Amino acid sequence: MTPTAERSLTTYLVGFVLAVVLTAIPFAVVWGGLLTGPAVYAVIAVAAVLQVMVHLVFFLHLNFKSTPAENLFFLAFAAVLIIIMVGGSLWIMNDLHHRMM
Amino acid sequence: MTDISSGNAVLLEEEEKTSLEAREFGFWIYLMTDAVIFALLFATYAVLANNSAAGPTSNDVFELSHTALETALLLLSSLTFGFATIAMTLGRSGRVVFWLIVTLLLGVCFLAMEFVEFQGMLEKGAGPEVSGFLSAFFTLVGTHGLHVAFGALGICVMIGQVLIKGLTLPVRSRLVRLGLFWHFLDIVWIGIFSVVYLPGVM
Repeated sequence: MTPTAERSLTTYLVGFVLAVVLTAIPFAVVWGGLLTGPAVYAVIAVAAVLQVMVHLVFFLHLNFKSTPAENLFFLAFAAVLIIIMVGGSLWIMNDLHHRMM
Repeated sequence: MTDISSGNAVLLEEEEKTSLEAREFGFWIYLMTDAVIFALLFATYAVLANNSAAGPTSNDVFELSHTALETALLLLSSLTFGFATIAMTLGRSGRVVFWLIVTLLLGVCFLAMEFVEFQGMLEKGAGPEVSGFLSAFFTLVGTHGLHVAFGALGICVMIGQVLIKGLTLPVRSRLVRLGLFWHFLDIVWIGIFSVVYLPGVM
Protein backbone atom coordinates (compact mmCIF):
# COMPACT_ATOMS: atom_id res chain seq x y z
CA MET A 1 0.00 0.00 0.00
CA THR A 2 1.16 3.50 -0.78
CA PRO A 3 1.38 6.02 2.09
CA THR A 4 -1.59 8.06 0.77
CA ALA A 5 -3.81 4.98 0.51
CA GLU A 6 -2.80 3.98 4.02
CA ARG A 7 -3.60 7.45 5.28
CA SER A 8 -7.04 7.43 3.66
CA LEU A 9 -7.71 3.94 5.07
CA THR A 10 -6.94 5.31 8.54
CA THR A 11 -9.24 8.27 7.83
CA TYR A 12 -12.17 5.99 6.95
CA LEU A 13 -11.60 3.73 9.95
CA VAL A 14 -11.32 6.63 12.40
CA GLY A 15 -14.48 8.16 10.90
CA PHE A 16 -16.27 4.83 11.19
CA VAL A 17 -15.33 4.36 14.87
CA LEU A 18 -16.38 7.94 15.70
CA ALA A 19 -19.68 7.42 13.85
CA VAL A 20 -20.35 4.17 15.73
CA VAL A 21 -19.69 5.87 19.09
CA LEU A 22 -21.87 8.87 18.18
CA THR A 23 -24.67 6.49 17.12
CA ALA A 24 -24.34 4.28 20.20
CA ILE A 25 -24.63 7.20 22.65
CA PRO A 26 -28.14 8.40 21.69
CA PHE A 27 -29.42 4.83 21.19
CA ALA A 28 -28.10 3.83 24.63
CA VAL A 29 -29.63 6.92 26.26
CA VAL A 30 -33.06 6.26 24.74
CA TRP A 31 -32.96 2.48 25.10
CA GLY A 32 -31.68 2.40 28.65
CA GLY A 33 -33.79 5.38 29.70
CA LEU A 34 -30.63 6.90 31.19
CA LEU A 35 -31.96 10.46 31.06
CA THR A 36 -35.38 12.04 30.97
CA GLY A 37 -36.98 15.17 29.59
CA PRO A 38 -35.24 17.78 27.46
CA ALA A 39 -31.78 16.36 28.28
CA VAL A 40 -32.46 13.37 26.03
CA TYR A 41 -33.32 15.63 23.09
CA ALA A 42 -30.17 17.63 23.74
CA VAL A 43 -28.01 14.49 23.70
CA ILE A 44 -29.67 13.24 20.48
CA ALA A 45 -29.26 16.64 18.78
CA VAL A 46 -25.61 17.13 19.78
CA ALA A 47 -24.67 13.55 18.78
CA ALA A 48 -26.44 13.98 15.42
CA VAL A 49 -24.73 17.28 14.61
CA LEU A 50 -21.33 15.89 15.61
CA GLN A 51 -21.88 12.77 13.55
CA VAL A 52 -22.87 14.78 10.47
CA MET A 53 -19.60 16.70 10.84
CA VAL A 54 -17.66 13.43 11.27
CA HIS A 55 -19.21 12.12 8.03
CA LEU A 56 -18.44 15.35 6.16
CA VAL A 57 -14.81 15.38 7.26
CA PHE A 58 -13.87 11.67 7.29
CA PHE A 59 -16.10 10.23 4.53
CA LEU A 60 -16.71 13.19 2.20
CA HIS A 61 -13.19 14.50 2.90
CA LEU A 62 -14.23 18.12 3.32
CA ASN A 63 -11.51 20.44 4.57
CA PHE A 64 -10.33 23.97 4.07
CA LYS A 65 -7.24 23.00 2.05
CA SER A 66 -8.16 20.65 -0.80
CA THR A 67 -11.92 21.15 -1.11
CA PRO A 68 -12.70 23.84 -3.72
CA ALA A 69 -13.99 27.04 -2.10
CA GLU A 70 -17.13 26.90 -4.28
CA ASN A 71 -18.16 23.57 -2.76
CA LEU A 72 -17.80 24.90 0.78
CA PHE A 73 -19.67 28.04 -0.25
CA PHE A 74 -22.59 25.96 -1.55
CA LEU A 75 -22.58 23.84 1.59
CA ALA A 76 -22.80 26.98 3.71
CA PHE A 77 -25.53 28.38 1.46
CA ALA A 78 -27.56 25.16 1.75
CA ALA A 79 -27.06 25.22 5.52
CA VAL A 80 -28.40 28.79 5.71
CA LEU A 81 -31.42 27.89 3.56
CA ILE A 82 -32.12 24.84 5.71
CA ILE A 83 -31.86 26.81 8.94
CA ILE A 84 -34.20 29.52 7.64
CA MET A 85 -36.78 27.13 6.18
CA VAL A 86 -36.77 24.41 8.85
CA GLY A 87 -36.37 26.83 11.75
CA GLY A 88 -38.99 29.18 10.29
CA SER A 89 -41.52 26.38 9.65
CA LEU A 90 -41.16 25.00 13.16
CA TRP A 91 -41.37 28.45 14.71
CA ILE A 92 -44.54 29.40 12.80
CA MET A 93 -46.27 26.05 13.32
CA ASN A 94 -45.44 25.93 17.03
CA ASP A 95 -46.71 29.46 17.44
CA LEU A 96 -49.96 28.57 15.63
CA HIS A 97 -50.31 25.43 17.69
CA HIS A 98 -49.87 27.49 20.84
CA ARG A 99 -52.55 30.00 19.78
CA MET A 100 -55.04 27.28 18.80
CA MET A 101 -54.89 25.63 22.20
CA MET B 1 4.67 14.93 -35.91
CA THR B 2 4.65 12.63 -32.89
CA ASP B 3 5.42 15.64 -30.71
CA ILE B 4 2.33 17.43 -31.94
CA SER B 5 0.02 14.43 -31.49
CA SER B 6 1.34 13.67 -28.01
CA GLY B 7 0.94 17.36 -27.20
CA ASN B 8 -2.65 17.11 -28.40
CA ALA B 9 -3.20 14.05 -26.24
CA VAL B 10 -1.97 15.96 -23.20
CA LEU B 11 -4.27 18.86 -24.08
CA LEU B 12 -7.22 16.50 -24.51
CA GLU B 13 -6.55 14.88 -21.16
CA GLU B 14 -6.36 18.30 -19.51
CA GLU B 15 -9.66 19.24 -21.10
CA GLU B 16 -11.26 16.00 -19.94
CA LYS B 17 -10.04 16.65 -16.40
CA THR B 18 -11.54 20.15 -16.30
CA SER B 19 -14.85 18.88 -17.64
CA LEU B 20 -14.92 16.10 -15.03
CA GLU B 21 -14.13 18.60 -12.28
CA ALA B 22 -17.05 20.71 -13.48
CA ARG B 23 -19.28 17.65 -13.28
CA GLU B 24 -18.16 16.93 -9.74
CA PHE B 25 -19.04 20.51 -8.80
CA GLY B 26 -22.41 20.16 -10.52
CA PHE B 27 -23.08 16.96 -8.63
CA TRP B 28 -22.21 18.70 -5.38
CA ILE B 29 -24.82 21.40 -6.15
CA TYR B 30 -27.36 18.64 -6.81
CA LEU B 31 -26.55 17.06 -3.43
CA MET B 32 -27.03 20.39 -1.65
CA THR B 33 -30.43 20.89 -3.30
CA ASP B 34 -31.35 17.35 -2.33
CA ALA B 35 -30.34 18.21 1.24
CA VAL B 36 -32.80 21.12 1.12
CA ILE B 37 -35.59 18.76 -0.03
CA PHE B 38 -34.86 16.37 2.81
CA ALA B 39 -34.68 19.25 5.29
CA LEU B 40 -38.19 20.32 4.29
CA LEU B 41 -39.48 16.76 4.63
CA PHE B 42 -37.91 16.73 8.10
CA ALA B 43 -39.68 19.99 8.95
CA THR B 44 -42.99 18.54 7.69
CA TYR B 45 -42.48 15.47 9.83
CA ALA B 46 -41.54 17.48 12.92
CA VAL B 47 -44.72 19.55 12.55
CA LEU B 48 -46.99 16.53 12.01
CA ALA B 49 -45.31 13.98 14.31
CA ASN B 50 -47.86 14.31 17.11
CA ASN B 51 -50.94 14.40 14.87
CA SER B 52 -51.79 10.71 14.91
CA ALA B 53 -55.56 11.38 14.51
CA ALA B 54 -56.48 8.79 17.19
CA GLY B 55 -54.68 6.18 15.04
CA PRO B 56 -51.41 4.40 15.85
CA THR B 57 -48.78 6.65 17.44
CA SER B 58 -45.03 6.49 16.88
CA ASN B 59 -44.69 4.42 20.06
CA ASP B 60 -46.98 1.75 18.60
CA VAL B 61 -45.24 1.34 15.25
CA PHE B 62 -41.51 1.91 15.82
CA GLU B 63 -39.11 -0.81 16.89
CA LEU B 64 -35.75 0.56 18.00
CA SER B 65 -33.80 -2.69 17.51
CA HIS B 66 -34.95 -2.76 13.87
CA THR B 67 -33.76 0.82 13.40
CA ALA B 68 -30.43 0.07 15.09
CA LEU B 69 -29.79 -2.77 12.64
CA GLU B 70 -30.72 -0.59 9.66
CA THR B 71 -28.34 2.09 10.96
CA ALA B 72 -25.54 -0.47 11.29
CA LEU B 73 -26.09 -1.74 7.74
CA LEU B 74 -26.01 1.74 6.24
CA LEU B 75 -22.97 2.85 8.24
CA LEU B 76 -21.06 -0.31 7.30
CA SER B 77 -21.96 0.22 3.65
CA SER B 78 -20.50 3.73 3.86
CA LEU B 79 -17.24 2.22 5.13
CA THR B 80 -17.13 -0.45 2.42
CA PHE B 81 -17.74 2.20 -0.25
CA GLY B 82 -14.74 4.00 1.27
CA PHE B 83 -12.70 0.81 0.79
CA ALA B 84 -13.80 0.72 -2.87
CA THR B 85 -12.63 4.33 -3.25
CA ILE B 86 -9.23 3.46 -1.74
CA ALA B 87 -8.91 0.46 -4.08
CA MET B 88 -9.68 2.84 -6.95
CA THR B 89 -6.82 5.19 -6.00
CA LEU B 90 -4.55 2.13 -5.94
CA GLY B 91 -5.81 1.20 -9.42
CA ARG B 92 -6.96 -2.29 -8.40
CA SER B 93 -10.18 -2.84 -10.30
CA GLY B 94 -10.80 -6.34 -8.90
CA ARG B 95 -10.88 -4.99 -5.37
CA VAL B 96 -13.07 -2.07 -6.42
CA VAL B 97 -15.64 -4.51 -7.82
CA PHE B 98 -15.42 -6.68 -4.68
CA TRP B 99 -16.08 -3.78 -2.29
CA LEU B 100 -18.83 -2.41 -4.54
CA ILE B 101 -20.57 -5.79 -4.40
CA VAL B 102 -20.27 -5.82 -0.58
CA THR B 103 -21.70 -2.27 -0.48
CA LEU B 104 -24.51 -3.32 -2.81
CA LEU B 105 -25.41 -6.31 -0.60
CA LEU B 106 -25.49 -4.12 2.53
CA GLY B 107 -27.64 -1.57 0.72
CA VAL B 108 -30.05 -4.27 -0.49
CA CYS B 109 -30.30 -5.71 3.05
CA PHE B 110 -31.14 -2.21 4.30
CA LEU B 111 -33.86 -1.87 1.67
CA ALA B 112 -35.24 -5.32 2.54
CA MET B 113 -35.43 -4.33 6.24
CA GLU B 114 -37.21 -1.11 5.35
CA PHE B 115 -39.62 -3.04 3.15
CA VAL B 116 -40.39 -5.47 6.00
CA GLU B 117 -40.97 -2.52 8.34
CA PHE B 118 -43.36 -0.78 5.90
CA GLN B 119 -45.15 -4.06 5.20
CA GLY B 120 -45.63 -4.70 8.93
CA MET B 121 -46.97 -1.18 9.45
CA LEU B 122 -49.44 -1.54 6.57
CA GLU B 123 -50.67 -4.85 8.01
CA LYS B 124 -51.18 -3.22 11.41
CA GLY B 125 -53.40 -0.65 9.73
CA ALA B 126 -50.76 2.09 9.94
CA GLY B 127 -50.65 3.11 6.28
CA PRO B 128 -49.82 6.61 5.02
CA GLU B 129 -53.52 7.53 4.64
CA VAL B 130 -54.29 7.08 8.36
CA SER B 131 -52.91 10.29 9.85
CA GLY B 132 -50.70 13.31 9.32
CA PHE B 133 -47.98 11.61 11.33
CA LEU B 134 -47.98 8.51 9.12
CA SER B 135 -48.22 10.51 5.86
CA ALA B 136 -45.16 12.52 6.87
CA PHE B 137 -43.34 9.39 8.04
CA PHE B 138 -43.85 7.46 4.81
CA THR B 139 -42.96 10.50 2.70
CA LEU B 140 -39.70 11.17 4.55
CA VAL B 141 -38.46 7.61 5.09
CA GLY B 142 -39.83 6.48 1.71
CA THR B 143 -37.97 9.25 -0.11
CA HIS B 144 -34.75 8.20 1.60
CA GLY B 145 -35.43 4.55 0.71
CA LEU B 146 -36.04 5.54 -2.91
CA HIS B 147 -32.68 7.33 -2.93
CA VAL B 148 -30.97 4.22 -1.56
CA ALA B 149 -32.66 2.12 -4.25
CA PHE B 150 -31.34 4.45 -6.97
CA GLY B 151 -27.92 4.40 -5.30
CA ALA B 152 -27.98 0.59 -5.43
CA LEU B 153 -28.88 0.78 -9.12
CA GLY B 154 -25.95 3.18 -9.59
CA ILE B 155 -23.62 0.71 -7.89
CA CYS B 156 -24.78 -2.04 -10.29
CA VAL B 157 -24.04 0.24 -13.24
CA MET B 158 -20.60 1.15 -11.86
CA ILE B 159 -19.71 -2.51 -11.28
CA GLY B 160 -20.47 -3.06 -14.97
CA GLN B 161 -18.45 -0.03 -16.04
CA VAL B 162 -15.39 -0.98 -13.96
CA LEU B 163 -15.52 -4.53 -15.37
CA ILE B 164 -16.00 -3.48 -19.01
CA LYS B 165 -14.17 -0.14 -19.30
CA GLY B 166 -11.64 -0.49 -16.50
CA LEU B 167 -10.59 2.37 -14.23
CA THR B 168 -10.43 5.09 -16.88
CA LEU B 169 -10.58 8.77 -15.93
CA PRO B 170 -14.37 9.16 -16.56
CA VAL B 171 -15.15 5.91 -14.71
CA ARG B 172 -13.11 7.07 -11.70
CA SER B 173 -14.95 10.39 -11.70
CA ARG B 174 -18.35 8.64 -11.80
CA LEU B 175 -17.29 6.37 -8.96
CA VAL B 176 -16.27 9.39 -6.88
CA ARG B 177 -19.64 11.05 -7.53
CA LEU B 178 -21.56 7.88 -6.66
CA GLY B 179 -19.51 7.71 -3.46
CA LEU B 180 -20.54 11.28 -2.57
CA PHE B 181 -24.17 10.27 -3.14
CA TRP B 182 -23.87 7.14 -0.99
CA HIS B 183 -22.18 8.93 1.93
CA PHE B 184 -24.77 11.70 1.64
CA LEU B 185 -27.59 9.15 2.08
CA ASP B 186 -25.95 7.94 5.28
CA ILE B 187 -25.90 11.55 6.54
CA VAL B 188 -29.64 11.85 5.82
CA TRP B 189 -30.17 8.61 7.77
CA ILE B 190 -28.50 10.19 10.84
CA GLY B 191 -31.26 12.81 10.66
CA ILE B 192 -33.95 10.14 10.27
CA PHE B 193 -33.00 8.11 13.34
CA SER B 194 -32.39 11.27 15.38
CA VAL B 195 -35.62 13.04 14.40
CA VAL B 196 -38.01 10.15 13.67
CA TYR B 197 -37.13 6.95 15.50
CA LEU B 198 -35.35 7.97 18.72
CA PRO B 199 -37.84 10.70 19.79
CA GLY B 200 -40.63 8.44 18.45
CA VAL B 201 -40.11 5.68 20.99
CA MET B 202 -39.61 7.95 23.98
